[in-house]
Amino acid sequence: MANAQPMTIVDRSASRVPMALKSNPQLEVAKLIDESKCIGCKACQVACMQWNDQRDEIGSNVGVYDNPSDLTPASWTVMRFNEVEDREGSINWLIRKDGCMHCEDPGCLKACPAPGAIVKYDNGVVDFVKDNCIGCGYCVAGCPFDIPRISKVDNKAYKCSLCSDRLAVGEDPACAKACPTMAIKFGPKSDMITLGNKRVGDLQERGYQKAGLYNPQGVGGTHVMYVLRHSDKPDAYNGLPTDPKISQTVSVWKGATKTFLSWTMGAAVLAGVAHYLVKGPKVVDEKEEA
Amino acid sequence: MANNLIRRYSDGERWNHWITAITFILLACSGLAFFHPSFWFLSGVLGGGELSRFLHPIIGVVMFVSFMIFALKKFSENLINQTDKQWLSQIGDVINNRDERLPEAGKYNAGQKAAYWVMLISMILLMGSGIVMWHEFFSHLFSIAVVRAAIFVHAISSVVLILTIIVHVYAALWVKGSMQAMLSGVVSRAWAKHHHPAWFRSVDKS
Repeated sequence: MANAQPMTIVDRSASRVPMALKSNPQLEVAKLIDESKCIGCKACQVACMQWNDQRDEIGSNVGVYDNPSDLTPASWTVMRFNEVEDREGSINWLIRKDGCMHCEDPGCLKACPAPGAIVKYDNGVVDFVKDNCIGCGYCVAGCPFDIPRISKVDNKAYKCSLCSDRLAVGEDPACAKACPTMAIKFGPKSDMITLGNKRVGDLQERGYQKAGLYNPQGVGGTHVMYVLRHSDKPDAYNGLPTDPKISQTVSVWKGATKTFLSWTMGAAVLAGVAHYLVKGPKVVDEKEEA
Repeated sequence: MANNLIRRYSDGERWNHWITAITFILLACSGLAFFHPSFWFLSGVLGGGELSRFLHPIIGVVMFVSFMIFALKKFSENLINQTDKQWLSQIGDVINNRDERLPEAGKYNAGQKAAYWVMLISMILLMGSGIVMWHEFFSHLFSIAVVRAAIFVHAISSVVLILTIIVHVYAALWVKGSMQAMLSGVVSRAWAKHHHPAWFRSVDKS
């Protein structure tokens, strides 16, 4: 369990603040989800909605066990059930607890135009600040994992907060606390990597040669990691991206482009002023030309 | 009308123009606020971030419709011809106010026509991409990759439009007598003869 600690903001959307921007390795936390231990009971979903006081609308059965069938503004985590046929022709059930990955380099934060609507803490948690959110949906476009959802009720973006309010007082996330098989572990990131790698070793000994730890470096690593039995094909787990990165489109749009184009617009105005001062206006001599 | 004045824009055309202009200013302010954090204070123009997010696309539709009415009306007068190519090749004379060397312009000179086409294309791109990124109603109909591309197209074409409008407004301030055309609808005969001789002759005859 993490100790109670003040969480300092290290990155903030649409803000020019001289902050560290990186999580503090000493304070970094992570949730480790061991897919091989998951029984799909959805206790984590229940704990999540209970702690965060969210009640989703009752949906309808879409032919699979996923309930609700997708993440929603009120369902911040969803079990994804995937039936996969192995080489011997028997069916494997790959169950993945989907939700925010808490990227070290969060695409949502990069895309967000509202100052302070998305923050990253020194322990690596990426959190949405409702009061600053304007509901534009840029975070949805920025996220490489398709996680944020915009509420139709209040037009605010919602996703897993990694129970930042619990972490601040030294409690584990609600889902980790509720998991009956301890498939969800929480603690310092370095410990979780050690634990994950140990678990990967066990699985490999048991014949899952492709078992591995999912901590994608394309987004600088994540603060939610998976132990996967088939880490060679993360796509089999309901389209978990193999090499997630912030989209090029988003990087170009939110990178140097916006600054360069802003200066270009300013320069255009100044060029007009300069031209007027140097060349002067075009005045028609009414008497001469009439 | 005094007999040294010529009508250039009807009352309807001026309404049309100024509705487009006012909506453009509101859109540019709220849009720039979303574009770069340094412009965030401009979100106050429409009453804050959330209201800007809500109103921007609605005002966008008004601007698009208003602009298109004007643009379709002015379509045939903005087709590029040989004289325009000559005019554009002498852009140095334009900038240096050596108007007497320029080929005779019709109702619109080549610079105005160029602005017309850039505005028309960027307006269409803005409307199209704007619908895709209109999260409240339409974004769910498109894949995230398409929405990303739309946001990018929207950002680039809005900057192109803003730059064109900067040139457009500057030209109106630079060429004395132009502002009057869009405010009161009339220009002096001398102005028309000097800046748009071919157009002047055609209205002078009739």
